[in-house]
Amino acid sequence: MADNVTPRVRVPRDATAGEVITIKTLISHPMESGQRKDGDGNPIPRSIINRFTCDFNGQNVIDVTLEPAISTNPYFEFQATVPESGAFTFTWYDDDGSVYEDTKEIAVS
Amino acid sequence: MMKTALKGAVYGLIALAASTAVADESAELVINGETEIVTRADAPAHLDGALSEVTSGWLYRSDETQAMQMDDFDNPGMLAVEDAMVAWGTAEGTENKSCADCHGAAEEGMAGVRATYPKWNDNAEEVRTLAMQINACRTENMGAEEWKYDGGDMLAMEGLISYAGRGDTINVAIDGPAQAMWEQGRDMYYTRTGQLELSCANCHEQNYGNMIRADHLSQGQINGFPTYRLKNAKLNGVHSRFKGCVRDTRAETYAVGSEDFIALELYVASRGNGLSVEGPSVRN
Repeated sequence: MADNVTPRVRVPRDATAGEVITIKTLISHPMESGQRKDGDGNPIPRSIINRFTCDFNGQNVIDVTLEPAISTNPYFEFQATVPESGAFTFTWYDDDGSVYEDTKEIAVS
Repeated sequence: MMKTALKGAVYGLIALAASTAVADESAELVINGETEIVTRADAPAHLDGALSEVTSGWLYRSDETQAMQMDDFDNPGMLAVEDAMVAWGTAEGTENKSCADCHGAAEEGMAGVRATYPKWNDNAEEVRTLAMQINACRTENMGAEEWKYDGGDMLAMEGLISYAGRGDTINVAIDGPAQAMWEQGRDMYYTRTGQLELSCANCHEQNYGNMIRADHLSQGQINGFPTYRLKNAKLNGVHSRFKGCVRDTRAETYAVGSEDFIALELYVASRGNGLSVEGPSVRN
């Protein structure tokens, strides 16, 4: 449904064990609320990202439910404590059933 | 006694909060921690004392909006730039050519371009804005369809060209064959229009830095265009912005892409000579 959906993630390349790092994520998405009407008065169907999750080495870090009031290109910034080297997996779930994924490695010393 | 002191402290806090909510006019703009942007410069000679210093609109925005432009990850305008990078390499039209076939990589091929527009084109014998040049390239060299002036594709491409020239010093020529149009633009800038009888200068030359109801007036510089505006969550073009401004004086507006707006763009761009190309910038 939605075109040009591209996830973007920024995670530091390395960190020390137990350090609190800041993660930024953004996905380009129109986030059509379902409340609007087109030029002919017909409702434009809802098409949003409805869920976003982040996992670290299989352990859940954050799991978010998104609602229609959230603007275009939803952006999340959050912090995580990294105990060991590994990979963050980010997943976005679209109303149309598409699932977008991105992975970032981090080296912990 | 105690009560008065406490009151004083509370008022102090409120005053502090109010000043940070407006804008930090002494802030310095460095993008991605590396590209230094000139947000204050001596006014170009042709302003002849009307302004002593020209300032970027970035200075007039709130701390949060300023911060969005300081990191490309946080700058939503960069999404359009990324779309344009794809368009840059996509072959189109009867010639089946892409921008990259002639110009190479956008970052190198388009460096220095944004800073000189609008400018006189000898072959076409007209002043061309960046959008007109892009469309000329599309129709003449690619055999492709024109893009809509200030449409999404066009603004994304202008965003990419601005990104390639980011940090370059604005240097718009106002003499030679462009002079007649520049003078037309200057006259428009100082002419009051609309039911409110306001000229561009009434707000952006005489009252920049002041509040116009809830809005903090800037000098109306266009070095940051195309601009990502938080109010409509997309890149905005210079002419569309002019149109909004003229409409706010309760006048009939000129059309986007019209000769009047091209003249005004040439003049307003020249008022920013000395500032940096910021594009895409973030404003509210």
